Amino acid sequence: MSDASDDDILKLEGIGKRFPGVVALKDVSMQIGRGKGHILLGENGAGKSTLINLLGGVFRPDDGHILFDGKHYDPASPLEAFKAGIRVIHQELHPLSNLTVAENLLFEHLPRRYGLVNYKQMNKRAAELLEDVGLDVPPTAPANRLSVAQLQLVEIAKALCYESKLLVLDEPTATLTSREVDRLFEILRGLKRRGVTTLYISHRLEEIFEVGDDVTVLRDGQHVITRPLSGLAIPDIVELMVGRKLSDHGVFRSDSAVSGEALGISGLKVTRNSPELAFSVAKGEIVGIAGLVGSGRTEAVRAIFGADAKAAGEIRLDGEPVEINSPKDAVAAGLCLATEDRKMQGLMLDMSCAENTTITDLGKVSRNGLIIRRAEDDQSQRLVRELRIKTPSIHQVVRTFSGGNQQKVVVAKWLFRGPKVLIFDEPTRGIDVGAKAEIYELLWKFAAEGKGVLVVSSDLPELIGICHRIIVFSDGKIVGEIPREQFDESRILSLAYKEYSRVRQH
Amino acid sequence: MSASIEKQTEAKETSFWDKLIRISMKEAGVAIALVFILAFFSATAPYFATPENFLKIFVQIAINTVLASGMTFVILVGGIDLSVGSLLALCTVIGATIMINPQFSPWQAIVLASLASMGTGAVLGAVNGWICEKWKLPSFIVTLGMLNVASGLARVVSDNSTITGLPQPFVDFGNLIFWGIFPSIFLIAIVVVFIGWFVLRYTVFGRFVFAIGTNEEAVRLSGHEPKRYKIAVFTISGLTAGIAAMVYLLRLNVGSPVAGIGYELNAIAAVIIGGTSLSGGKGSIIGTLVGACILQVLSTGLQLLGADDNIKPIVIGAVIVLAVILDSYRGRLMRILETR
Repeated sequence: MSDASDDDILKLEGIGKRFPGVVALKDVSMQIGRGKGHILLGENGAGKSTLINLLGGVFRPDDGHILFDGKHYDPASPLEAFKAGIRVIHQELHPLSNLTVAENLLFEHLPRRYGLVNYKQMNKRAAELLEDVGLDVPPTAPANRLSVAQLQLVEIAKALCYESKLLVLDEPTATLTSREVDRLFEILRGLKRRGVTTLYISHRLEEIFEVGDDVTVLRDGQHVITRPLSGLAIPDIVELMVGRKLSDHGVFRSDSAVSGEALGISGLKVTRNSPELAFSVAKGEIVGIAGLVGSGRTEAVRAIFGADAKAAGEIRLDGEPVEINSPKDAVAAGLCLATEDRKMQGLMLDMSCAENTTITDLGKVSRNGLIIRRAEDDQSQRLVRELRIKTPSIHQVVRTFSGGNQQKVVVAKWLFRGPKVLIFDEPTRGIDVGAKAEIYELLWKFAAEGKGVLVVSSDLPELIGICHRIIVFSDGKIVGEIPREQFDESRILSLAYKEYSRVRQH
Repeated sequence: MSASIEKQTEAKETSFWDKLIRISMKEAGVAIALVFILAFFSATAPYFATPENFLKIFVQIAINTVLASGMTFVILVGGIDLSVGSLLALCTVIGATIMINPQFSPWQAIVLASLASMGTGAVLGAVNGWICEKWKLPSFIVTLGMLNVASGLARVVSDNSTITGLPQPFVDFGNLIFWGIFPSIFLIAIVVVFIGWFVLRYTVFGRFVFAIGTNEEAVRLSGHEPKRYKIAVFTISGLTAGIAAMVYLLRLNVGSPVAGIGYELNAIAAVIIGGTSLSGGKGSIIGTLVGACILQVLSTGLQLLGADDNIKPIVIGAVIVLAVILDSYRGRLMRILETR
């Protein structure tokens, strides 16, 4: 690879980005060739999104610098990034849905006359741009009538309008039908002919060959490789993404006796058209759910817990069928769920540690509807000690806690309730290594006590480190169930990608 | 060993400061403001610092204090209740109609009227809450609708006229003054405040009010139905409107379909000045009482100073906005102090 070549439109040097408790990117250096289709790959949490957000002006790097088109590049806002020539099309599009397509397209640069919008000129210009991307909608159509695919094309048209030099697409095909995908690729090839560079992120590995020349792989926030795509096959790429990792994921313990069904799921359909799911968790067993973000893992556990309505399905606890239509039913039956978003869904951030702990079962610390403060404080104090929650006082507001301690408060509140089955969605997201180890200890402890534990995680080594068994989700389906003896990272990852590889052939 | 002892003393110290900050940030902050305002008018306005004047102020804050107590519950769960003013009107005409019915003895009439007034308020409050929760609508709109409905009902029930001739014992009770300075209706308001304070501070229900206002989804996912509690909260607000209607009858001795116009806004103002956050989860009913006092003291004080009647609302409006601005700083200060 030629260093410092003028052929590189983008050069990252020693880029680092840290968030509280996690290092998202560490010393990443890479180049993107001018006019190339560049693919960015990595597992969940490898740092792809952070990298895109740095390019898009959402965050600023803590270390290193970026050269874009030969100039120093450090955008303070998405608008600056855009003005400099980088257009990021995020996975979730947020159009100004009540405005017309033309207004959306030219919003940053409305043609004006005497300080008023020149609608005639705006619609004319918009029509030209829409034709450029082959989008057959009138410029005056309201944006909320457009499909996701059409909105993406509007975003691309926007990029053309401002002559963006680098177009970043984050999972553009995730919600498209296969005809729309073909159309998108057609347009991307057209852009390439016009000299526009694209940086393309996708979970669908086989489609990257259609739009990519080069590929960069990130792993754990670090740069693994940048090389031409030619000569690589999908298994090679999976191997690069998995790699060898440092294990901070404690060693598996088998001191819990696995016996009898704790949680049984059969015929579970999250929505009316989604595939049926069936699996079980035994007493004393830790079962992991692996899969890509968006593969239906969170939706499945939320449906089991009654957090969202489910279309169909039977849930058994200790072998007995239970009717669960709300979290209230679930908790009453002995189920609990530590949600993936603990700040928004798990905790009352502006209330104290004690108040957060006892919310699951205030009956235990009250008499005749009156809260007994002494009992509440004692119980909370006991859990703080047991879980080693670091806080000067149980009356401290949990907003001030670190991610790890907040997660422990979530665990404490469920421990206070005393469930039979515990479900954790991303239990260690955004938590530092030390606290992670403590959370793993707790999971093992629950298993050892004969409880069933179900863990959803994007961190594959984590699941491999702690689980008796791993269930793999892919595109809403269960595609594999792997016992501990057969754990193999690349096999699990291939399974996780399985349904996405098949989607395009249908 | 020594490490753990050190940790404990540290914990104690922090919780002491924690408490001190909390107290000065909450009720006490508003109370200090009230003391300053009282001091200012005592020094500048003639007749302000007299028992007669305080008696007058106590008479005037009773209704608003009762309404604002219920409103505090609603705002704590992140809602708003615009219907309380016209609920009050409806309850006054219902209460007065029952009381002037010659079939009943005066005492029967009084008891029945009180029950009917409070019952009507509570039921319509529950309807507010139920509609909000059933169709997941913002309480602003639902209670705005109820404002009009209740106002119309009040006209229908009263045949668009005022109702006078309440039983003598009732009127007499309304005129009672205890210890030379506390009118009976003020004491009713204080009882309502006390009950509200107790419920919010010591009951499981009160805990849910704060928890739902802080993070409703977290409460739901902890295995509860926030819906029930929120409907209860609107019921409480309706109930206090019914109580306030009785207070209104005690004070003015007349049931009127046009009573209570704009009262909901005074109640909201008292709650906000009292330091309860409009986004829910934070606040107290004692603060609300102080907020109601501040509003009335300002009004009376300005009047005694000889201020133009047109100037009064300008000052009061400015104070409301100022209270919210201070509140936004208070939130930030709290966070800084706590993360220190």
